[in-house]
Amino acid sequence: MGDKGMVIVGAGEAGVRAAFALRERGYQGTVTLIGDEPHLPYERPPLSKGSEEAGTVRAIVASERFAEAGITFLRGQRAISLDLARHALRLEAGEILSYERLLLATGAAPRRFPGLATSDRIHVLRTVEDASAIRRHMREDGRVAILGGGFIGLELAAMGRKLGTAVTLFEAQPRVLMRGVPEKLALALQARHAAEGVELLCGVGIETIADGESGVTIGFADGRRIEVDAVVVGIGAQPNTRLAAEAGLAIDNGIAVDRHLATSDPHIFAAGDCCSFPVTAYGGRRVRLESWRNAQEQGSVAAANMLGEAASFDAVPWFWSDQYDLTLQVAGLSDGATSTVGRTLSPEAEILFHLDAEGRLLAASGLGPGGAVARDIRLAEMLIARGTRADPAALADPSVKLKSLL
Amino acid sequence: MSTWIDVCDKDEIDEEDVIRFDHAGKSYAVYRSPEDSFHATDGHCTHENVHLADGLVMDDIIECPKHNGRFNYKTGQAKGAPVCVNLKTYAVKVDGGRVFIQVG
Repeated sequence: MGDKGMVIVGAGEAGVRAAFALRERGYQGTVTLIGDEPHLPYERPPLSKGSEEAGTVRAIVASERFAEAGITFLRGQRAISLDLARHALRLEAGEILSYERLLLATGAAPRRFPGLATSDRIHVLRTVEDASAIRRHMREDGRVAILGGGFIGLELAAMGRKLGTAVTLFEAQPRVLMRGVPEKLALALQARHAAEGVELLCGVGIETIADGESGVTIGFADGRRIEVDAVVVGIGAQPNTRLAAEAGLAIDNGIAVDRHLATSDPHIFAAGDCCSFPVTAYGGRRVRLESWRNAQEQGSVAAANMLGEAASFDAVPWFWSDQYDLTLQVAGLSDGATSTVGRTLSPEAEILFHLDAEGRLLAASGLGPGGAVARDIRLAEMLIARGTRADPAALADPSVKLKSLL
Repeated sequence: MSTWIDVCDKDEIDEEDVIRFDHAGKSYAVYRSPEDSFHATDGHCTHENVHLADGLVMDDIIECPKHNGRFNYKTGQAKGAPVCVNLKTYAVKVDGGRVFIQVG
């Protein structure tokens, strides 16, 4: 390859993994990693979880490793435009970087509640600053409202209760985690939140949110009003596609990539939350995933392909969530499932297997304390990847090792 | 000073599997390989405080249940992102059908 080098926009999990993977694969040219935050790259999953001390930030890699690996890390810099014909990326500060291959790992941005600006009392969660601001309201005498019963909202609710904060969580849908989590496990999680003292309001319409001097007043469709110290909006995220879209790259619910993670320009790849990709295990259905492992694995595959390989990204979607001592893990996509088989590992730990009409395993979801469901979910992921037709009786019987079905 | 600690009967660990063993306030993971050899490492992943015994053993590899970090449990070697710190290993012997690990 020429001397223009490799340029990576976005210093989250996908971008950082790609930068190091280029070196691990022996690439000798320049590698430039551009992050718009003023920090060293850090792990985002802990930001919504109560497991860490308030304010601790976990670096993705130790700072000295950038110099050791010869990776130029530009922090606090924003890429503002992209010239496909010239292979040139312009930074906000005016610098223009030429690239041999470019990786867009621009992530996603939290969706805002319509008409509601963020403030000292109204927050979203993406960055370490957002997390610190939210934690300041998570006091023993505090009162916080969370809008949205997705993973971020539920994990923050658990964190709030752990810190003694009064938490009210609103979900417009009839239950939490409508997308991607089976009802049975979602209701088990709801029950746990209720037992921990979270006030859960599902199927509730919010009419007004008034950000005042001393608190935030939320008005409901039924006329009720409540007053809280702060509101966290956790209603999903949108892929950061502006740079790609303005340059003319194909966009389809994210920067559209093929199974090699190449965009519509063969010199440019995309990875992580910002891209939508065809899932091999599900007939090439296009999805966009916001998950740590997806970002990491795509970063690795993109790096290989930036160096001229033709590696396919064919991982089965997988994600996890920690709430209290419970861990939820989901492997696969359950849409299209016609039957569900349960496996009870203990009174607190259960796995649901989702099968299609031919008995092929499509997805598995597990909920239990600590690592109780992890091994079976991992094995289910392998069964899904192999397109295994699994005997429902064996799946349901906890004395049958899933490994024996491989 | 090192001591041999009695862990369990060898048949309490399945082939290509792992159990958790707690001793003197520390957690260990004790493995039986597909070749029927026994091995021991620290009980927690070096990436996060997670019990490796909840993870999956495939050949020589233990995979962390949380983030799929992989280690060779025979050597303790970390096999790449997200884990970069090797696992500490311990000597193991089988005596009279019992598994012992050497600690301290």
